Amino acid sequence: MKLKELESCLQQVDAFEEPKILLEQYPTSPHIAACMLYTIHNTFDDIEGKLVADLGCGCGVLSIGAAMLDAGLCVGFDIDDDALEIFKRNSEEFELTNVDLIQCDMCSLRSHAYAKKFDTVIMNPPFGTKHNQGMDMQFLRTALTMATTAVYSLHKTSTRGHIQKKASDWGVKMEVIAELRYDLPASYKFHKKKSVDIKVDFLRFSTT
Amino acid sequence: MKLLTHNMLTSHVKGVTKGYPLLIKATEVKVSEVEFNPNFVSRMIPKLEWSALVQAADGLGHLQDLPAELVTDYENNEDFLRKVHRVLLEVEVLEGCLQCPESGREFPISRGVPNMLLNEDEA
Repeated sequence: MKLKELESCLQQVDAFEEPKILLEQYPTSPHIAACMLYTIHNTFDDIEGKLVADLGCGCGVLSIGAAMLDAGLCVGFDIDDDALEIFKRNSEEFELTNVDLIQCDMCSLRSHAYAKKFDTVIMNPPFGTKHNQGMDMQFLRTALTMATTAVYSLHKTSTRGHIQKKASDWGVKMEVIAELRYDLPASYKFHKKKSVDIKVDFLRFSTT
Repeated sequence: MKLLTHNMLTSHVKGVTKGYPLLIKATEVKVSEVEFNPNFVSRMIPKLEWSALVQAADGLGHLQDLPAELVTDYENNEDFLRKVHRVLLEVEVLEGCLQCPESGREFPISRGVPNMLLNEDEA
């Protein structure tokens, strides 16, 4: 599948109807999702025939893309009923048979609940701003216990130094695959501007 | 919920030390065709809790004559891999619940999604 095709498929994926601020539900744009998945697939071969987890999957754009790229199975994890409902609808519309869902709270899992069960973890975690500081690092820490090969994640570029340090503390290798501009549309009432660009790193953590 | 997913699920209710395997109480099960990838199935087998898989499949009436003990040299045994494929990926629990073997706590499965969320006093 070509990048353009993947992106145009992902444009059909429905996003949050009423995003919840406490869960920091920002959608991953089809463009960013397609670029991420395409790189994970083509450069690192970490999707096709792999057992993939998508943490904080939301409406499922990353899971659906991974399923289209022939993941053996992609399991989405999310806490929110409404997001999972939209995810279900999306995967039914695409007639995907290689996705599954678990409703759970990534932040209250026991530390080794899914230890080494997955090949690859993909995620666009909450950035951990305002109401949920440190959430991104909790997601990352959990993701690293779950994957045998690699974790792919998006983080604010401003936190790169901090994440790099944590990665070394945990004994994992971190690579910056790309620097992205994340166009955050004004999804919530407190956003005064129509949209803001924030700088985001697309990171790969390898656990070997 | 596919049985591959079920094979990874554990109950984390406070005080529970071995919340595994979760007992499936299904009220609706669906079997749908999924593309067979022998390499994927073959790679998943050593990661599975085999006895939990057999127990789950048997409970749903989809055992496919899978043996209680994992056979050796399954990599080239297409017939065996197809049976495991069916159990892991094609059999799906749509409605019912999962019961923690230790605490008895039930986790509902609705429209194919197990809800593993805990109440505040359980976490």
